Amino acid sequence: MKPAPFDYHAPKTLDEALAMLARVAPLEGRVLAGGQSLVPAMALRLAQPAHLVDINGVQGLDRLERDAGDLVIGARVRHAAFHRRVTDGPLGALLAQVARHVAHYPIRTRGTFCGSLANADPASEWCVVAATLDARMVAKSARGTRTLSAADFFQGAMTTALAADELLAEARLPELAPDTRFGFQEFSRRAGDFAIAMALATFRLEKGVMVQARLGVGGVEGRPRRIPEAESLLEGKRPGQETFRAAADAAARSVAPLDDSRYPAAYRRDLARAMTRRALEEAA
Amino acid sequence: MKAKVVGQPVQRLEDLPLVTGRGRYAGDINFPGQLHMRVVRSSHAHGRIVSVDTSRARAAAGVAAVWTAADVAELRPIGLREGPDAQLDPYLQPILAGKRVRYVGEPVAVVFAEDPYRAEDAAELVEIEIEPLPPLMSAEDAPGEFDSERGTEPLVIRKGYGDVEAAFRHAHTVIELDLSIGRHSGVPMETRGAIGRYDAARDLLQMYGAAKVPHRTRDGIARVLGRDPAKLHLYEGHVGGGFGVRGEVYPEDVLVCLGALRLGRPVKWIEDRYEHLVATNHSRQQRHHARVAVDEQGRILALDDRFFHDQGAYPRTHGARVADLTTGMLPGPYQMPAYRVAAHYRLTNKTPAATYRSPGRYEGTFVRERLMDAVAARLGIDPVEVRRRNLIPKSSMPYRRELDAIGDEVVLDSGDYARLLDKALAGVGWDKLQSDLERRRAAGEAVGAGVAMFLEKSGLGPRDGAHATVDEEGGVEVLTGSASLGQGVETVMAQICADALGVDYRRIRVIHGQTDRIAKGIGAHASRATVMTGSAVHVAATRLRARAIEAAAGLMRVPPDALDIVDGKVVRKDSADAISMELADVAKSLSAEGRGAGLTAEGWFETDHMNYPYGVHIAVVKVDRETGGVRVERYLAAYDVGRAVNPMLIEGQLDGGLAQGLGGALLEEFEYDERGQPLSVTFADYLLPTVREMPMADIIISEDAPSPLNPLGIKGAGEGGVTAAGAAIAAAIDDAIGIPGAVTRLPVTPVRLKAILDRAADSASKQPPMNADRRR
Amino acid sequence: MKIALKLDVNGREHAVEVEPRRTLADTLREDCGQTGTHIGCEHGVCGACTVLVDGEPVRACLMFAVQAAGRRIRTVEGLASREGGKETLHPLQSAFMEHHGLQCGYCTPGFLMLAAGTLERNPDIGDDELLEVLSSNLCRCTGYKNIVKAVRAAAARMRSRS
Repeated sequence: MKPAPFDYHAPKTLDEALAMLARVAPLEGRVLAGGQSLVPAMALRLAQPAHLVDINGVQGLDRLERDAGDLVIGARVRHAAFHRRVTDGPLGALLAQVARHVAHYPIRTRGTFCGSLANADPASEWCVVAATLDARMVAKSARGTRTLSAADFFQGAMTTALAADELLAEARLPELAPDTRFGFQEFSRRAGDFAIAMALATFRLEKGVMVQARLGVGGVEGRPRRIPEAESLLEGKRPGQETFRAAADAAARSVAPLDDSRYPAAYRRDLARAMTRRALEEAA
Repeated sequence: MKAKVVGQPVQRLEDLPLVTGRGRYAGDINFPGQLHMRVVRSSHAHGRIVSVDTSRARAAAGVAAVWTAADVAELRPIGLREGPDAQLDPYLQPILAGKRVRYVGEPVAVVFAEDPYRAEDAAELVEIEIEPLPPLMSAEDAPGEFDSERGTEPLVIRKGYGDVEAAFRHAHTVIELDLSIGRHSGVPMETRGAIGRYDAARDLLQMYGAAKVPHRTRDGIARVLGRDPAKLHLYEGHVGGGFGVRGEVYPEDVLVCLGALRLGRPVKWIEDRYEHLVATNHSRQQRHHARVAVDEQGRILALDDRFFHDQGAYPRTHGARVADLTTGMLPGPYQMPAYRVAAHYRLTNKTPAATYRSPGRYEGTFVRERLMDAVAARLGIDPVEVRRRNLIPKSSMPYRRELDAIGDEVVLDSGDYARLLDKALAGVGWDKLQSDLERRRAAGEAVGAGVAMFLEKSGLGPRDGAHATVDEEGGVEVLTGSASLGQGVETVMAQICADALGVDYRRIRVIHGQTDRIAKGIGAHASRATVMTGSAVHVAATRLRARAIEAAAGLMRVPPDALDIVDGKVVRKDSADAISMELADVAKSLSAEGRGAGLTAEGWFETDHMNYPYGVHIAVVKVDRETGGVRVERYLAAYDVGRAVNPMLIEGQLDGGLAQGLGGALLEEFEYDERGQPLSVTFADYLLPTVREMPMADIIISEDAPSPLNPLGIKGAGEGGVTAAGAAIAAAIDDAIGIPGAVTRLPVTPVRLKAILDRAADSASKQPPMNADRRR
Repeated sequence: MKIALKLDVNGREHAVEVEPRRTLADTLREDCGQTGTHIGCEHGVCGACTVLVDGEPVRACLMFAVQAAGRRIRTVEGLASREGGKETLHPLQSAFMEHHGLQCGYCTPGFLMLAAGTLERNPDIGDDELLEVLSSNLCRCTGYKNIVKAVRAAAARMRSRS
């Protein structure tokens, strides 16, 4: 399982990288960041890029800091960076909890947060986090910069709105209010496996009722998304079994699950329900 | 007299190179000028080969040669290990497919290139045109066409004894089950590999990377190549696990040897993981329609089984062995006045199957123990009690079944099954466990326990031999025809030799897997090494001891019976003033001019019967009703090995076997789509247990029933961890969800278990709730 | 088209010339002659190829050699220390031997490096987190029980030393 041949480029600056991408993208050029998804695909020869632009040496892509109410995550930031809380508030705690579900430790030392988003595997934990928290994705190319909402960014399984010559340079996660509660649940066959279904729930409590409720489901459909039908059943209600069950049912009804012989749609729907309810219970 | 080392958990001799990165596995072996071989495999499950165009591949950079079937037309197919078989010989796989392809992964062409990267590049350039034929993907469907002259059911094995029909007519209760075991296999961490090399000066063909049965493999390859086996040497280095699937003769082994012969350069081939999952032997897949007739006490009157064995596209070197073992071992440890079995050995368009750890017994134990659980549930008898009522008692040993397994009459040599059951129940704290589980169930958890009992077989003969020699430095070399798959055979043999001879086990070198050092050998498989090779080593070492004492007696001028050997020295039994003689000096004196071959002895051990270790497994599981997920919380495996040479190594074997058994019960499966495309082609699809999926099992090693068939009383331990895992986990799941007989199919995936739960909920909602009486 | 690189493996420099697509695992094994790192799957699941790169466990089959230039690479061959011709085993190596933490030995270098990297960075790692780390790698022989025993024993020894 050796990859097919490719030309290798290792730019040092962002401008160099974008210029290279502009040149090689039409020639099946790809970005190499962590490589933890790309290289296995290349080993199986499912991906045979003729050019790889290795961004691991590019200055300025390793931002991991707060900026204007967002947590800015640069393209080179590894999954392992989130093992410790990167912010004091709930966002840092949430990311640290989710990070433990991302593959395994030796994958996390190399794989990148932004790489996960750009890969858009339905089973990706960071993708459901980005979708649920309404992250904004900053795409750069030699043609300029644009910012995409999560809803626009994730288009389907393994498909994003990124053009071939665009690099996902950063992801911006809005900081969560200090009293935000969260819960994350995922079902996989073994520890560290691809998630078959995930749910992320966040809300605040004001006078005992849930406000700013967010409920995102991933793994079940081609792309992760917030489920407004579930959120509307939470907003303004007290946390409790009945409410959570209703929201979970709504989530299950809303999703149009992927369907294959291994994991039929009905099963994924049931998982969506279970993960949603458990994430809510955990948040409460 | 120094303390004995047999029975002690001594540290292995094998380990130092392995923990320091100095192992020599097939991938680590390199010769100057070597070519790398890459196999081009069929991407169709079934079809006629229209053309194979190798022109682009041959022209590619770094390519030395590309062969197709035409280039190896004179080669016979690889024969069955046990010899020619008129029923199966017409179905043997050609070395390279020429007319038809019959499974995805079947070798069609082969590329020899300067390095593995370019070999793979060139392999992609070989164009194979196939006219697809409909694939046969189920062994239970009507047989199809193998070729124009024959169908896909080469044979049916029928066995039995007693009046089965009468038993069913007069039975108090008859239970019929439809049971399936999923396709899975050994999947060692090292993929297959082989290096062929031809020494033209000595007309000697060499193959590195042998395993398991080097002498038989040598003979098998020699036969295909039409070469004198004495001019083919196989060498076993370090081996990364075998479990039955590594070490048989495969087409790639033949091609590596032929490549070295014809191309005049060494040829190295290392399989990649994708190839491994589609081309290395599969196993286990069977579908059983089994019925049992019992009296009102739940005692078996007869068992009648008809099953379909999914062999895949071709017989492999084992022929129908796995199906045969299933038929011979199905009755297990129970009394069975009448028995009938029909095994339909069927070919399908999947990767060929063969033996995998506990072959035929993992499958049969699942079937038999599911029947026992069903009897218990139907009659309202406790599942442990129903087993007790059926166990063959110790007083009946040796117990002759009117049955054979792989040509050996089934005579159970020794066993106290009831006692091991008691030990296992005590070991797990069964009564307390039951009340804990009831308490947790009352609190809403879906938890349960299951028990399964089984027989294994070991010590397959007919004979084995060993040479033991003391050299002039006092070191001891034991030369065997055995093989190492990583199980610690060197240490075990050294322990046996150490006790019989009177030498520290760490001074003993054990040689195995080298066909040029010893003329015959039967390798290591079927849990035979400790029994057969161990017994031969014991005989050789005992003779060596006698020879040493005799020679020393002459030199020391004392009668032989006054002498002993302790820690490598010949000493007087009685004196403290110890006039003694180093074994090294005895050796020197014996090889001094004219006196012969030095201090050496040979030993042989023969047997015409296998022996039968036995065990009990107990599983405790927790089911997640919403997802169908299963967690094995606790596990106990009790196994009687007659005599434990090294308990630490035995426990390791049982732990490892359990991981494989659990994998087969919950995670591992080779799946195919309707076009015959394999779906389990990477480790992301074929799921092996990690540490998180494993309970840290309690192991009980029992020595209640030494085998009367060998001098040390040993029974082999290699397979007892895997055999009953499917059955025990299935029973535990039934118990956890409160649905007897729920599990009829392995692996129990979350999707399947959820479907069982959903169906049960549906039918429950249509009826008033029943009070399931769990046990009396 | 090959690229000339210098790789720092266990403190020694290896000058190699490799295609960009040549993995670090293959380069270590074939071009640097360090065959202790094993290849089990080549798609990043089994962990047999685990090495340390700048102290962190990494799957050598998922890295290209060209990416490893200028990094400090440690493989199983560099675990034991060598002083004046005498080899002293790393506590993990001794523990694996004492506790029968290996059978065929194929997965062993990967587990050793995974554990070494983890324990060196985090000597006080909790047991639950340790098990999570060990779930990164596959073993087909031992059922993991003795691997866990060996790693726990080595961790205790390493903690008491430091």
